Amino acid sequence: MKEFLEGSQAIAKMVKLCRPGVISAYPITPQTHIVEELAQFVSNGELDSQFINVESEHSAASVVLGASATGVRVFSATSSQGLFYMQEVIFNIAGLRLPVVLACANRAISAPINIWNDQQDSVPLRDAGWIQLYAEDVQETADLHLIAYRLAEDKNIMLPVMVCMDGFTLTHGIETVDIPSQELVDKYLPPYKAPYKLDTENPITIGPLVDADYYMETRYAIEQTMKDVLKAIPKATAEFAKVFGREYNGLIEGYRISDADKVIVAMGSVCGTIKDTVDELRKKGKKVGLLKITSYRPFPIQEIYEALKGVPRLAVLDRALSLGSYAPLASEVRAVFFGKKKKPSVISSFVAGLGGRDITKDSIKNIFSMLTNKERAGEFIDLKPELLQEKYE
Amino acid sequence: MFGPLIAKAGSSKANKTGSWRTDSRPKFLRKNCIGCKICSGVCPEGCIIDEEKNNYSCDYAYCKGCGLCAVSCPKSDIVMVKEKEA
Repeated sequence: MKEFLEGSQAIAKMVKLCRPGVISAYPITPQTHIVEELAQFVSNGELDSQFINVESEHSAASVVLGASATGVRVFSATSSQGLFYMQEVIFNIAGLRLPVVLACANRAISAPINIWNDQQDSVPLRDAGWIQLYAEDVQETADLHLIAYRLAEDKNIMLPVMVCMDGFTLTHGIETVDIPSQELVDKYLPPYKAPYKLDTENPITIGPLVDADYYMETRYAIEQTMKDVLKAIPKATAEFAKVFGREYNGLIEGYRISDADKVIVAMGSVCGTIKDTVDELRKKGKKVGLLKITSYRPFPIQEIYEALKGVPRLAVLDRALSLGSYAPLASEVRAVFFGKKKKPSVISSFVAGLGGRDITKDSIKNIFSMLTNKERAGEFIDLKPELLQEKYE
Repeated sequence: MFGPLIAKAGSSKANKTGSWRTDSRPKFLRKNCIGCKICSGVCPEGCIIDEEKNNYSCDYAYCKGCGLCAVSCPKSDIVMVKEKEA
């Protein structure tokens, strides 16, 4: 049924339909509304789930880790500093091969403290062994949670999924969202049957100490499974389209790229702004396009190569940094084409929208106009040079 | 694909961990034992078999030679001896 909902409410309603048995989270802006809504569902009896209150994000992640290991479907959500506080447990959840689904409402990282949106919180956790999916709008954000559970609980995958949505833009923005019936969701997402679990009747230890004779194989197995995930994502989205009628590729989405001279590569809600800008520029006869990356981990290297190998000029838009090196997404997109014969002649890198600074259509037009034959590395868009005159002596 | 992730219960019994014992092992003298069970209580491996007094023994397949039983014995009826001399 179509409803006019705040992003967080839509996510909470979708998670409720997934019937998680245990939810644990700690409030942090801009994620709080999601779990607030879920807590309400549990307390008024709409959702038969244990909502476990904890004193920190480290504990929230630990609770869902332990609960997931007993074979129950779990959910958590966080942002920014909260995600970093979870970090130790985040790596453990992946290492233990537990199908945890976590919503990350993307927010800038301190210091200086800033509660607004960029992607500096989840991007550094790309190496954690989690599947990371980035949403463009509220409907996709909500739908990705369903797809996330399907992927995570696939008995050949058993990896956690982080659904990343731009804080405020997608958590507090209000859109019309199609919330499916429980019947359809149950059809798409059957009850979770754990292939291994902590059970006093049949005791096992998950993740015991391993020495150098065993450790590398556990990491290799995750690396190989990530390749399986690249095949599983299109299957999960195709099945999703059959049941719910909404189509996603799940890995990447090309927008007007087939004849484009200039393409921006980006992740998250900014893709909506880019699509609108592309439409405007196309009306003026400019051959521009967008490649949206939904799956940042696993990174769909082959799919990106096939989609962009014939595009003359690429601009990669990062909303996070790897201070002291190339911006993260830019360096990975460049690596896709390294050593290839057929490739864009220019791959420029742009950084925008840090700490909630708006990325407007003008910002996007600016990027397209700066995408010339001169390759740019980490060009900051909408920077205010007048704020860089501070002197401390 | 999965690596070595799960251990079934009972591995600490299946693995004869006494193989990495220190260079000493406890010797039960069985002279002044009063059957107080302190040694079997403090044994971190739970490998001291307590029967009647003066009839205690140790399962060396699991004993690590930590010596707790020897220092805990109120009658000094357990002593640590070098492996070579055992």
